[in-house]
Amino acid sequence: MNPAAYLVLSAILFSTGLLGFLIRRNALIAFMSVELMLNSANLALISFSYANGNLLGQVGAFFVMVVAAGEVVIGLAIIMIIFRTRRSASVDDQNQLKY
Amino acid sequence: MIPLITAQTVAFWVFAPLAVAGALGMVLSRKPVHSALSLAGMMVALGCLYASLDAPFLFVAQIIVYTGAVMMLFIFTMMIVGVDSVDSLVETIRGQRVASTIAVGALAVLLIVALSQGFVTASQGLEGANTAHGGNVQGVAQYVFGPFVFAFELTAALLLVAALAAIILAHGERLKKRETHKDRVRRRTRQYAEQGTDPGPLPGPGIYARHNSADYPALLPDGSVAENSISPTLRVRGVAIVENDGLRSAHRAAITKFVAVGDEAAGTDLADEVAAELDDFGRPELPAGDADTEEQER
Repeated sequence: MNPAAYLVLSAILFSTGLLGFLIRRNALIAFMSVELMLNSANLALISFSYANGNLLGQVGAFFVMVVAAGEVVIGLAIIMIIFRTRRSASVDDQNQLKY
Repeated sequence: MIPLITAQTVAFWVFAPLAVAGALGMVLSRKPVHSALSLAGMMVALGCLYASLDAPFLFVAQIIVYTGAVMMLFIFTMMIVGVDSVDSLVETIRGQRVASTIAVGALAVLLIVALSQGFVTASQGLEGANTAHGGNVQGVAQYVFGPFVFAFELTAALLLVAALAAIILAHGERLKKRETHKDRVRRRTRQYAEQGTDPGPLPGPGIYARHNSADYPALLPDGSVAENSISPTLRVRGVAIVENDGLRSAHRAAITKFVAVGDEAAGTDLADEVAAELDDFGRPELPAGDADTEEQER
């Protein structure tokens, strides 16, 4: 299998995630889109690893996974406290963070 | 010439469309739960692609960490934040949706063209790298606990700090003093004195109605609905039936039938009279000329 096919898939998934992040107003779905982008980057790293015949790409993907897990924990906690004070999960309602 | 079709090719063409479909489903679903489900499916499909790329350790880690832990956290947060929070279609920035779609399409074309021309050589495969250390897990471990051991220790610290931070952030401070029994008695008595609210307990649902499920309101003796007999959450969600016509019609039908049977036995003719009386029964007293409200009430 040509490694470019995996990279193209990864690019499509990354673009889809970016689209979701830009057009969705629900903070949870925007956050899920970020996860989608991280996953597509992982796919690219793993296919690089396969193409080049060494395991460093897999190690990189492993670290991305660990950091993503930590990021999800903090991000969801922030969404929760914002929901608790503003009673809304929409990113449009968080306009008090502006100034 | 028949092209060589490997198991990897089959896996790619099975799971790549699934992954793209899952990603699109995540972005385009109106309900957050459907989005989460699509994303979980996409992550499983990606995990299978990892497995086909000779990365069994990351395949298992993907399933456990992403579809197991991360998606579960998302679902739990969704449960707290509210499952039914659908997106508003109002654009805060005018034309943002169109502009971002065009920009993302352009980026996708750029990435796809660049990446599909970048690789000209075939993959080397990971058999050599995997067998050199006695397996994929051992090979990854050689790196993680070898040159990257310091980064690995840092991620351990990062996860610990993240867990602590989540506990601190999600911990709710008590903003008001806790209401004791004495306070509750005082508040209810004050409400009774000022607004005439009944200080007693709320009526249970469905006592006088046809069903005793929690989303059927109780009927008051005059045939109207006791709105405080059902949970306010159900009322807000629109699950509960608050129109009393449906509930009252059962009473009406039962009583009319009963009277009709009595008529047959005794030879009287009370059925129409009673039915007319039941139609008036419990109708709220409304000021004259308020026909619209009356229609709604009925």
